[in-house]
Amino acid sequence: MAEENKKLKVGWFSFSCSEDSTILFTELMNEHWQEWKKIFDFRHARVLQSKNILDELDIAFIEGAITSDEQTEQLKDIRQKSKKLVAIGACAVQGMPAGQRNFFDEKQKEEIEALIARFAALPKVLKVSEVVKVDAEVPGCPMDPNIFLKVVESLIKDLSGITL
Amino acid sequence: MHTLDITIENLAKVEGSVSVEIKVIDGKVEYTHFKAVDYKRFFTQAMEGKPIAAIPQLLARICGTCSNAHILCAIEACEHALGIQPSEQTILMRYLTCYGLMIRDHALHLYLFVTPDIYGKDNFLDFDENKPEEHQLLHDAFDVKAAGNFLNTLIAGRAVHALHPTIGGFLHFPEKEGIGEAIKKLEEIRPAVLRLIKIFEELPWRLDRKTNYMALVPERFGFLNGQIKSSNGETISEGDFRSHLEHVVLPYSQASAYKHEQESYMVGALARVNLAKELLHPDTKESAKTALAIFPSTNIYHNNLAQAIEILHSIDDAIEILSSHEFVPEPIITKPPQEAVGIGVIEAPRGTLYHKVELGSDGIVKRGEVIVPTGQNQVNMEEDIARLVEESLPTKSKEEIQFEIEKLIRAYDPCISCASHFLKIKWQEE
Repeated sequence: MAEENKKLKVGWFSFSCSEDSTILFTELMNEHWQEWKKIFDFRHARVLQSKNILDELDIAFIEGAITSDEQTEQLKDIRQKSKKLVAIGACAVQGMPAGQRNFFDEKQKEEIEALIARFAALPKVLKVSEVVKVDAEVPGCPMDPNIFLKVVESLIKDLSGITL
Repeated sequence: MHTLDITIENLAKVEGSVSVEIKVIDGKVEYTHFKAVDYKRFFTQAMEGKPIAAIPQLLARICGTCSNAHILCAIEACEHALGIQPSEQTILMRYLTCYGLMIRDHALHLYLFVTPDIYGKDNFLDFDENKPEEHQLLHDAFDVKAAGNFLNTLIAGRAVHALHPTIGGFLHFPEKEGIGEAIKKLEEIRPAVLRLIKIFEELPWRLDRKTNYMALVPERFGFLNGQIKSSNGETISEGDFRSHLEHVVLPYSQASAYKHEQESYMVGALARVNLAKELLHPDTKESAKTALAIFPSTNIYHNNLAQAIEILHSIDDAIEILSSHEFVPEPIITKPPQEAVGIGVIEAPRGTLYHKVELGSDGIVKRGEVIVPTGQNQVNMEEDIARLVEESLPTKSKEEIQFEIEKLIRAYDPCISCASHFLKIKWQEE
């Protein structure tokens, strides 16, 4: 099978969300871990490891909505270093439900105002495509596992010519 | 004497984002800040103005890994507000939903997050397939998680944000074929779980600090009903639980913390097994005899052992329920809305979870409150970290201490997704 340097360099990043798709990803590993161990070099995946490197990635999976300037900068940095970027789950694809405060009424907005200011959160929560170019989307809350597997399959074929 | 700052940014292998800041002056810990860095998503505000039927699925979105605990807790709160008493079959199916959750959630934590620290690896997938012990662990991990996932999917529709449990019952019922397959899968993973218990029984990690333990002690060790008990000997009813907790404001964190009678306390598997080990399934007690003899324990690392024992109990009791009951379709129990306050308290994987729903007669939720286990463990965790640092300073390097802190935090299995998404609301009756 593929040599270490032929493996696809992947990163899994979580922004504002419940990390439900991360959990689903670890559940998909129940069936796919042997295959993914051979194909993927997990360069950056906080759920799996402490030593994470963000240099250059073949695929960046982005879960969650964008809530602060700091997250915006991180996401732009990831985009710049990644060949393909995939928005994972409803919060990344649509900005919801993590962005539910965008739809609060005046009274609710007033209640949360001080906290938004204290933690320098953005006035409006953004979906990933409002910040960077997105190459593929996996909708669902949590992400639809079948669409995820299809997206992964087609990206692997695109990037390395391997058909699963 | 030692004077130093320790900072851990974005600790890996926990749910959510957390940073830790510790200041040491002359060998004494000045402060320990366990900081939730996930941004708030304001679920308590979002409950306001929603129809009661929408609440369980809304609150599930607080957290990925324990979403099904939030669903069950929210359903309980909503049913209490509406005056609905669920059927016997519904209660059994909720136990099974809990068991599926405990199996896969505890297994994720123990295998993927903790065993790499034991075996000197970073990523669980780095385990060597050619070494028999590591090969076994790799396969055990994914087999155990898959069995929990199968049970969840069979009963609740899926392992994350379950589809079938609802206010007043279930929307779908398991077929015979699936039940047989679930029993088979659960029986097959039992030896793996016994191996896991052995690993944590033999693990020499120790940090003893006496604290108060609190948990819902049920009639059946099933995480759902019962009274809240503490190791200080108190008994608190579910409805009174909130008034026994004091909210602690942490200006440095997106999360809320709690104390009980001005002191820290601990919730979670260690608290449950310390307080109610005699209620575990008879097969679990028989198979995990030597491990259970260790409890009650004040060693925080035994939280991991308690989690492994709870996986075994979840398997054993799930097999008993699945093999002794016929599951038949039942209608959902409904009641007209009324002006009422409903409280739900259950044991989530990481400890006691509290939901409160204030309902109007129009069926619209006026206000809500959620208290999660990690918020309750926050102060206890900070005190344990301070103890660990002070004990380690004379003999360990900064890097070694940092790794020890990470191990300690993982022993609590904190969930920052849960902890950071609320805004404390002042309830008028308090």
